[in-house]
Amino acid sequence: MTIDTVELAAKTPDQPQPWDELGLKEDEYQRIRDILGRRPTNAELAMYSVMWSEHCSYKSSKVHLRQFGEKAPESDALLVGIGQNAGVVDIGQGYAVTFKIESHNHPSYVEPYQGAATGVGGIVRDILAMGARPVAVMDSLRFGPLDADDTHRVLPGVVAGVGGYGNCLGLPNIGGEVVFDPSYAANPLVNALCVGVMKHEDIHLANATGVGNKVVLFGARTGGDGIGGASILASESFDDSKPSKRPAVQVGDPFMEKVLIECCLELFEAQVVEAIQDLGAAGISCATSELASNGDGGMYVQLEKVLLRDPSLTPGEIMMSESQERMMGIVTPENLDAFLAITAKWDVETAVIGEVTGTGRLVIDWHGETIVDVDPRTVAHDGPVYERPFERPAWQDELQAAGPESLPRPSGGDELRGTLLRLLASPNVASKAWITDQYDRYVLGNTVLAQPEDAGVLRIDESTGLGVAIATDGNGRYAKLDPYTGAQLALAEAYRNVATTGARPLAVTDGLNFGSPEDPAVMWQFAEAIRGLADGCQTLGTPVTGGNVSLYNQTGDAAILPTAIVGVLGVLDDVARRTPQGFRESGQVIYLLGETRDEFGGSEWAWAEHQHLGGRPPSVDLVAERELAEILVNASRDGLIDAAHDLSDGGLAVALAESVLRYGVGARVWVPDGLDPFVFLFSESQARAIVAVPRSEEVRFTDMCSARRFPHQRIGVVDDGGVLDVQGRFTVPLDELRTAHESTLSSAFEA
Amino acid sequence: MRIGVVTFPGSLDDRDAARAVRVAGAEAVALWHGDADLHGVDAVVLPGGFSYGDYLRCGAIARFAPVMEPLVDAARGGLPVLGICNGFQVLCESHLLPGALIRNDHRKFVCRDQPLRVESTATAWTSGYQAGQQIVIPLKNGEGGYVADQRTLDELEGEGRVVVRYLGDNPNGSYRDIAGIANARGNVVGLMPHPEHAVESLTGPGTDGLGFFTSVLEGLVRA
Repeated sequence: MTIDTVELAAKTPDQPQPWDELGLKEDEYQRIRDILGRRPTNAELAMYSVMWSEHCSYKSSKVHLRQFGEKAPESDALLVGIGQNAGVVDIGQGYAVTFKIESHNHPSYVEPYQGAATGVGGIVRDILAMGARPVAVMDSLRFGPLDADDTHRVLPGVVAGVGGYGNCLGLPNIGGEVVFDPSYAANPLVNALCVGVMKHEDIHLANATGVGNKVVLFGARTGGDGIGGASILASESFDDSKPSKRPAVQVGDPFMEKVLIECCLELFEAQVVEAIQDLGAAGISCATSELASNGDGGMYVQLEKVLLRDPSLTPGEIMMSESQERMMGIVTPENLDAFLAITAKWDVETAVIGEVTGTGRLVIDWHGETIVDVDPRTVAHDGPVYERPFERPAWQDELQAAGPESLPRPSGGDELRGTLLRLLASPNVASKAWITDQYDRYVLGNTVLAQPEDAGVLRIDESTGLGVAIATDGNGRYAKLDPYTGAQLALAEAYRNVATTGARPLAVTDGLNFGSPEDPAVMWQFAEAIRGLADGCQTLGTPVTGGNVSLYNQTGDAAILPTAIVGVLGVLDDVARRTPQGFRESGQVIYLLGETRDEFGGSEWAWAEHQHLGGRPPSVDLVAERELAEILVNASRDGLIDAAHDLSDGGLAVALAESVLRYGVGARVWVPDGLDPFVFLFSESQARAIVAVPRSEEVRFTDMCSARRFPHQRIGVVDDGGVLDVQGRFTVPLDELRTAHESTLSSAFEA
Repeated sequence: MRIGVVTFPGSLDDRDAARAVRVAGAEAVALWHGDADLHGVDAVVLPGGFSYGDYLRCGAIARFAPVMEPLVDAARGGLPVLGICNGFQVLCESHLLPGALIRNDHRKFVCRDQPLRVESTATAWTSGYQAGQQIVIPLKNGEGGYVADQRTLDELEGEGRVVVRYLGDNPNGSYRDIAGIANARGNVVGLMPHPEHAVESLTGPGTDGLGFFTSVLEGLVRA
């Protein structure tokens, strides 16, 4: 086997290299040559190609993402911002929380189980790498139509993968969303969120500092999985006896990850690790170049010391391998023995593969020959940045003009009743219990609220009751009609969902899933969504702490709905005060908070009943969202409400049905004078919620709303009649509501 | 009173079991799989999870862990032992309890609040319940189908060793709706549902699971 060394590269400037097959553009390849002053070695080429890929370098999105920093609201809560493995938020009492969304879309289409499983595994390691104990996961899923054949391949695999990995890892799955739309048919979205907890002093960063400190690789052995495009570089081997077909999708081992988590937490506690980085996309290439470039010196690595699962791997493949469940730590020589004792206790294989140097270079040797010698910043940070052209597409006006006004609306009790039952059974509104019952929501014993609640709520400290709430939301239909407003609506809904449980919203993470950035229309959607989200976060005072961009989610010319998934984290000083979703006590009064307008553009009603998408999304009023959140948080703190549910897809009628179904009670509701019953029941106007108020607290509650001049209407009463009664219009027994709501997914997948 | 909770690599509900022990009023003692010493504890909980990744077969590797040697001896001598979920699987693999647990008949992992009937209060872990009492505690497993041959099943029923039974829909295909069983002496109990997840109303469907831990505590105090 001939190895392509730095020395050889300098001598053979004209040797052809497969930069094209590795996804580099010609000018990018030339830039690498300019940076190095010679042609790259094969290992260097592999490293640059993957680190300069869209996935790792954010080259198309960077110029827009800057707004999250530029427009970031003043926040005392942010301890670590964008740029590290995940952002860190101060939640008080000495605790910090880190949370982030990451996408694993394409692998989940190719191999649903492993794609989704390793998506969970990857984000969990990001959180772990901050020094935190991972405490929960959530997932935002998007699939093609429920009745499409391929959905029946992809969805069960993804759900089994999320569950198989998360359950075995011992992390409760506390929420998320599932949405079906034809645009996701060959482009499913699997966005996983993980949240972790630590004390302030335990925050770890991915910075390799301290000359002489050891670079330690530990966890699973390095194998040939997830090499993907880099396998082209196998041409450097003249030996054709090696295994040829290697999976492009990584394979996960949650047991290994569980052991790795406990091992890392013990390493943190023993204070024997200076800096730490997980190995995800681009494996060792990414970890070494990021650790080195975030530090103050350089790094020297002896690549042959990496423990291998497959001894036939070439140096380039070892550097690119995306084998899961691996971490890289920086350890002082004095702490090395203590470090190795802990990894040995957990039976975690460990190799010292190099050390931090003062050279400012990342140098990687293979059996004494240098195969990489680069400035790590040029790999990790100074990748190409594109100002891709973007333009509002010509069809946008047409789409906005074709509003839902002309759609036939139900009138009369029977039609309204039928509409409610069909909406409850429609794939996007239907109960997702068939999916969420495959996830462990109890493990770790701190889950206070989980799906189908508006947000997941976790207890953080048993003695004080300190806790957090997290919700993810994202409506691609709204964003298609108006990406700026659509992104703000996603933010508003997640923010509202967190506040509905009684938590004070603090910070944001985002998963931005779009089509091809090379299409100016898609790029416009992307730019508008970011502008909307950054502006929205500024108004609400919730900084973006980090997130993920996934582009090229399209088949041919057809891009997915622009899908900005927003995760909001909030804090509860005492989780015992949390407000659950369901009505429980007969006699409590139901109030509708917020203003209802005739807004059906992009609504679930227009889609489910008429397969219509056009017009404008509901108007967004972030000031009203903030006022509503303050009311919900104060009412929870002061014990003024016993239940609260946000209004979103399907409007009030769907929210009422979900609230009575949760604990199996009934409700009597009346349509306020002057409101059209259809608009009252099904409009998707924003900044609204319903609450159940004990009669003893009714005056205090309405006084609080009045003092803030926030619209509030008494619309009904909780009872034990076993029916949802919209007085003078229609009545539906609970059993009928339940059958409609709960049968859709199970009958689709159990058939 | 000191109750040990064993941690195997891949144990997940060990911290929850320890919390339940504390909520019941006992001291929780962490026991390590590689340490063949029970450290003088008065009872032991084998918690839920995926010990050793459930490789080979659930509980099959854990059975050979160093800690199991003194544990099996002590259990045969009357030490109260509770196996929850994966712990139940370990007890079956160790032959402290008869039968086995196989993949759920519907082939999916299931997590839900499960109604149960307490069939036997003649065990160290259920003496505080009323016979026939209905309780709700979380169930979460992928391989929770209890199976045994007819003779064993008849024996378990005849000797009153079926401890808890599923009510309503059978969640995993367990024979005769069996959710948990005991050994002849009643000191060793295994069950698939998770009583440790129902000890605080804030984080569980209720507190119906607490009785498992208070039962053993009261028994130990009386002894």
